[in-house]
Amino acid sequence: MKINKQSNVYTIIYIVVLVVVVGCALAVTSMSLRDRQQANIKADTMGQILKSVHITPEADVAAQFGKLIVGQPLVSASGEIVSPDGASDVNVAMQIKKPADERQLPVYVCQLPDGSKKYILPCYGSGLWGPIWGYVAFDADGETIYGAYFNHKGETPGLGAEIEKPAFSSQFDGKTVFPEGRFLPVDVMKSGQKPLDERQYVDAVSGGTITSKGVASMLDNCLSPYAAFLDNLRNTSK
Amino acid sequence: MAEKIKNSRVFLNPFSKDNPVIVQVLGICSVLAVTAKLAPAMVMGISVIAVLAFSNVIISLLRNTIPTNIRIIVQLVVVAGLVVMVSQLLAAYAYEVSVQLSVFIGLIITNCILMGRLEAFALGNKPWPSFLDGVGNGIGYAVILVIVAFFRELLGSGTLLGYQVVPDSFYELGYVNNGLMILPPMALIVVACIIWVHRSINKDLQEQ
Repeated sequence: MKINKQSNVYTIIYIVVLVVVVGCALAVTSMSLRDRQQANIKADTMGQILKSVHITPEADVAAQFGKLIVGQPLVSASGEIVSPDGASDVNVAMQIKKPADERQLPVYVCQLPDGSKKYILPCYGSGLWGPIWGYVAFDADGETIYGAYFNHKGETPGLGAEIEKPAFSSQFDGKTVFPEGRFLPVDVMKSGQKPLDERQYVDAVSGGTITSKGVASMLDNCLSPYAAFLDNLRNTSK
Repeated sequence: MAEKIKNSRVFLNPFSKDNPVIVQVLGICSVLAVTAKLAPAMVMGISVIAVLAFSNVIISLLRNTIPTNIRIIVQLVVVAGLVVMVSQLLAAYAYEVSVQLSVFIGLIITNCILMGRLEAFALGNKPWPSFLDGVGNGIGYAVILVIVAFFRELLGSGTLLGYQVVPDSFYELGYVNNGLMILPPMALIVVACIIWVHRSINKDLQEQ
């Protein structure tokens, strides 16, 4: 019997079978690779956190992370420690949608090989094409930035994507977020421009205006809730 | 014997006389997007070669069963399925690369070269020639991508594959990277220069 390949019934059966087969193949691929992908993402996040304190992630990043990160507390916007651990379970992307005083604020406390303590604060925001995020490490004095690391989902290579390069992030080293004693996050400005207030600033990426502005508003939005926590650190270290 | 000559033509033509980018002017969109740096351009080229070869083979195997009025949908389903699989595999086994390519892997689905080859070749030919056609066109595309990325990264950032190649002494003498090169319009201009050179060599391609 010859099948009529142009008939409606054949067409519908054909497309249903095709979609089911492709769907199953994708589901199987996704299920079987899920664990590996999750492990990769976790290791990558640990590596990014370490990069903010100028440490190059090694092959066994989990062990390295466990050795250097001595505490992962959650703090509140009033600066109190809410929970002694659990920072890595908090989804920063979800937290930034809430008002500042309702957020759970994760802190990674890092003890460097030389004994000094750094406080790493995660940030999350949006660039031109998609999300951008970063980790800003503060010295134990609570005001000086020790290092910063930024990354992005899909900014334009060569333009906005330059925020992930040390050339951009190293500009933050040594900047203070308490100029004149008042909490003001670091701004990102076009070369030659200056912020209206006393806040410190770094040069934006040329050709990546929207991404640079995204970094500035991300720092403003994500670091401001930590103002009380950093202020406490500042007062205790004095 | 005749078959063999035909197969080698199928494989080699896309390199020059029938190049998808500079002769057929397909897939220009991704040439603009991924060529600011050499490394992503190379991985993109390899991914396109893989997806194009396999989708060509699959469509060629199915070619006698596909109902004509939904053939584009069938092609899209096959290509999209393959692209998602490639990106899942990269995320599991080559996480660094998958992070680097991010959106561009997904954009392979919309690459006009894929649909063009599936329509024009795989639907009417046997699997083996289709495979060669896919690999050939993929390489033809990748070569142009790499050439464009080479010039854009060299002149725009002074680096190749992320390593600095323009010596510091040049910068001290007042040499500056051409920021224009990393902006998308320069990709088109570089492609146009390649087309110019290519057509002056191959006079038979010149329009009257």
